[in-house]
Amino acid sequence: MRYLPHTEEDIAEMLQAVGAKDLDDLFSTIPRDCRRSGELALPEPLTEWELNAHMDALAGTMAVSPEYKVFMGAGSYDHYTPASVSYLLGRSEISTAYTPYQPEISQGTLQAIYEYQTLTSRLLGMDVANASMYDGASALAEALLMSIRVARGKKKTVAVSGLIHPLYRRVVKTYFDPTGYKVLELPYLPDGRTDLSKLDDMDDIAGVAIQSPNFFGCVEDMEAAGEKIHQKKALFVVGFTEPLTYGLFKNPGICGADIVCGEGQSLGIPRSFGGPGLGMFASKKQYMRNMPGRLIGKTKDMDGKDGFVLTLATREQHIRREKATSNICSNQGLCATTAVMYMASLGSTGMRELAKLNRDKAEYLKAELKKAGFKISFDTPTFNEFVVEFPEGFDRNYQELLKRKIVAGLPLATYYPELKNHCLLCVTETRTREDMDELVREAKK
Amino acid sequence: MKEISELVVPEGLRYSNDHEWVRAEEDNVRIGITDYAQEQLGEIVFAELPEVGDTFSKGDEFGSLESVKAVAEVFMPVTGKIIAINEDLEDNPDLVNKEPYEGGWLIEVRIKDTDEFNALMDKDEYLEMLKGL
Repeated sequence: MRYLPHTEEDIAEMLQAVGAKDLDDLFSTIPRDCRRSGELALPEPLTEWELNAHMDALAGTMAVSPEYKVFMGAGSYDHYTPASVSYLLGRSEISTAYTPYQPEISQGTLQAIYEYQTLTSRLLGMDVANASMYDGASALAEALLMSIRVARGKKKTVAVSGLIHPLYRRVVKTYFDPTGYKVLELPYLPDGRTDLSKLDDMDDIAGVAIQSPNFFGCVEDMEAAGEKIHQKKALFVVGFTEPLTYGLFKNPGICGADIVCGEGQSLGIPRSFGGPGLGMFASKKQYMRNMPGRLIGKTKDMDGKDGFVLTLATREQHIRREKATSNICSNQGLCATTAVMYMASLGSTGMRELAKLNRDKAEYLKAELKKAGFKISFDTPTFNEFVVEFPEGFDRNYQELLKRKIVAGLPLATYYPELKNHCLLCVTETRTREDMDELVREAKK
Repeated sequence: MKEISELVVPEGLRYSNDHEWVRAEEDNVRIGITDYAQEQLGEIVFAELPEVGDTFSKGDEFGSLESVKAVAEVFMPVTGKIIAINEDLEDNPDLVNKEPYEGGWLIEVRIKDTDEFNALMDKDEYLEMLKGL
């Protein structure tokens, strides 16, 4: 698309054609208090080198890996990206591909997404995955709305664990506020797992969402949760922020999940400042037609050759309008393609080895911190994240560590005020033993 | 597309403005979509039906039929309670296309008000309406 700015002459000509005196006249139907008066407060234009210097200075205010040793995960994970992924993504056929509405010219894009769906289904242990959603948070909100659809409007309440990522819960609230459906929250137990006994007092629940590992890094007792939730005749929605977990731990499908949704950033997508993410979304086959978003299917063409095509599009908004399953009529094509390249590059053995490496390293740091006298808050198995309780006044150590270019995790009090001096630490394959030893040494000071 | 004269519109059934047919059985009525409706929709790939025991008022949406090109809601021609749904459609949704008045029926309903049934169109009235379309 070329960028063609309107000249004064263009504007005058267009105004004349529509019979408006000037721009003010053209916009006169828009209430005055909805219109900006005066100019935008923008700085003066910069030269290219000034702009680069400005951007460098902005970047310099961020603590990012590899310059900093970042022990913070909490939904965004520092993983090594294989060169195969960056190379393949740089190819213009992939980086410029648009929505594949025309299968006759989009076989490559369609197949890439189809393979993404296949590997996603396998990783999560589910029958069917969609072509992806915006991010983990919107995928969770969509999953809960889907549980309401499956209940055919007979149930108007969903429950979410208080150990689901706090920002995801906020997005769920944003989605649900105007719908009139209710979102209840389940508290957590002293062992860092969700208190499912509260479900006993809840009636007519369409779906219950649990995250595992949860926001404290603790692996939930998924099978027990699934059983309990199914007893309540609700759908078991499993969320996640770290898909690599399933390289090592039981996948949600095995544990009886009906819908699985989460963030796929871990799978080769860089930790940009807040995005883009990748909403992974999968379901049991019986609920497939209530799934949001789009699906790619495999079919035969007129000559009997394999081909790929958008399928079940009749449920989507561009055809079904207000009756659509979701107002999301798109997907994260480039990020989904990145994720499938990443998963294919590692293979199932590689995923397992990498997951094991993450867990082993996290266990090493956990043990070293314990030895140094710090308290591991929850006695529950974890993957690559866990919560540590530091002594009173740790804020100062945290700042000192930052000066030494170590980010000592996420202080939890922001989201859980009762957890003062608690930090959520994350260790991936990118952290070395030296990094971890240094963290422990400095934290003790 | 079939000409109106080619459409199958059996005698003895009642018809709604939404192209559903209603057949009186012993205690209940059986409901489906007409030959005209199935032809308009094209090949049906999925039938979403209500649960047995659900009750609906006349005009309520009770389910939907998904074809390769559209999803069409289906509406209750009469008020009543769902007694049975056609479970054969789960594996063979195209029965709605092949045998719209027999194997392709959708639901069985215990009717609340027989006046509603009697007020529906008969064959000739329905054909008359189709001619106007």
